[in-house]
Amino acid sequence: MKKISVIDYGMSNLHSVFKSFQKVTDKKYALSVANSSKDLEGASIIILPGQGAVNSCMDRLKSKFPDLEKHIANKPFLGICLGFQILFNKSFEDGGVNCFSIIDGTVNDFRNDIDSKYKVPHMGWNMVNQQQDHPIWDNISNNSFFYFVHSYYAKANDSSRELSTTDYGINFTSSVIKDNIFACQFHPEKSSANGLQLLSNFISYSESIE
Amino acid sequence: MSVAKRIIPCLDVDKGRVVKGTNFIDIIDAGDPVEIAKKYDSEGADEITFLDITASHEGRDTILDVVEKVANEVFIPLTVGGGVSSFDDVRELLSVGADKVTINTAAVSNPNIINDVTEKIGRQCIVIAVDVKKINNEYMVFTHGGRKNSNLRAYDWCIECQKRGAGEILLTSMDKDGTKDGFDLEILNNISSTIDIPVVASGGAGKLEHLYDAIEIGNADAVLAASIFHFGEFTINQAKEYLKGKGILVR
Repeated sequence: MKKISVIDYGMSNLHSVFKSFQKVTDKKYALSVANSSKDLEGASIIILPGQGAVNSCMDRLKSKFPDLEKHIANKPFLGICLGFQILFNKSFEDGGVNCFSIIDGTVNDFRNDIDSKYKVPHMGWNMVNQQQDHPIWDNISNNSFFYFVHSYYAKANDSSRELSTTDYGINFTSSVIKDNIFACQFHPEKSSANGLQLLSNFISYSESIE
Repeated sequence: MSVAKRIIPCLDVDKGRVVKGTNFIDIIDAGDPVEIAKKYDSEGADEITFLDITASHEGRDTILDVVEKVANEVFIPLTVGGGVSSFDDVRELLSVGADKVTINTAAVSNPNIINDVTEKIGRQCIVIAVDVKKINNEYMVFTHGGRKNSNLRAYDWCIECQKRGAGEILLTSMDKDGTKDGFDLEILNNISSTIDIPVVASGGAGKLEHLYDAIEIGNADAVLAASIFHFGEFTINQAKEYLKGKGILVR
């Protein structure tokens, strides 16, 4: 049976991500939690959910998964929330933290860039504006609502990487695509039917690029 | 564009079962939290709140089981409250799949719990439930399920909660709760326009226009209601269509 590995770097709550994949894969994949690089071997798909602060996330990823970049260079990969932000060059959270530079762009503080009438964290259901046709959006209407919880926002420099944008006082990158890598700021595992559809689309997309 | 205004059904849970009933005709077991949560999700609920009213100490662990079972099958944010008294209680609920935990009495008696959760886990997961009652023209905060006056002014307490890092305020008017004649718009607007974190309005929903008033006049970010949805007076879809028709952004 093919394996999906969900990366656990010790700070994020994997419960919903794990259960939502269990639901959409309908026992066709073996789901497992990866606590070290060794656990990623043999995985067909790698998922990186994320919560918490970026500096401890990067530190823990580097110490527990020193060859993470090698793994995600050639396997279908899904990053969620902080797992999306760490793909950019740099996050300005925690005084500035260098990230993986897989997507050209930076992660910035909403509070510096939006009107104070917008509450931070950006928490709740907001619209995802699709920027490209892509199988990730199969059966999901443009401008569908997805669930967000974050205080920092990403902006990709190269718009060809932007799969969607969202407005919250500023227009930011809400999902990106780069070959085998798909990542989103919003939480598909908390976004009801559209979220489950997106996860299912990601699995199909992964199978199509194998 | 901003975030959609949220509609949140609230379910009372006693020893693992939803009580005060619902009258959905198409679910087999009206006390089953999973079935009810699924139904509300399919109707467009933006979040579901479970309030654990289990009185006995031995029954307390059943809420963990409820949250876990619901989180296995319902993929929208889940908020859980009732009897949460320590940091460990919060962590336990989050670990079985809750997204947010509401705290009331424990936050008043030990406000540091707010800082603790915020620093160690993040502000998005802590909601302070503030039960208010108007006494001599002043809104006061009540604890212990509304039995005890904390002698804190609602206004001061909400500001302190925000300073300590709370992610959201669930503001319940004890005077209006159960009356079905509308939310207390005075205190709602007073708190919503003072603090920067989201405010969820609770207590008094009886008609769809009450939801609209809470958002439009009370400036609420979300509205929580129990009986108008449970007893089938309105579906969540109907509430959303109504609000959309009045120009409110809903999902």
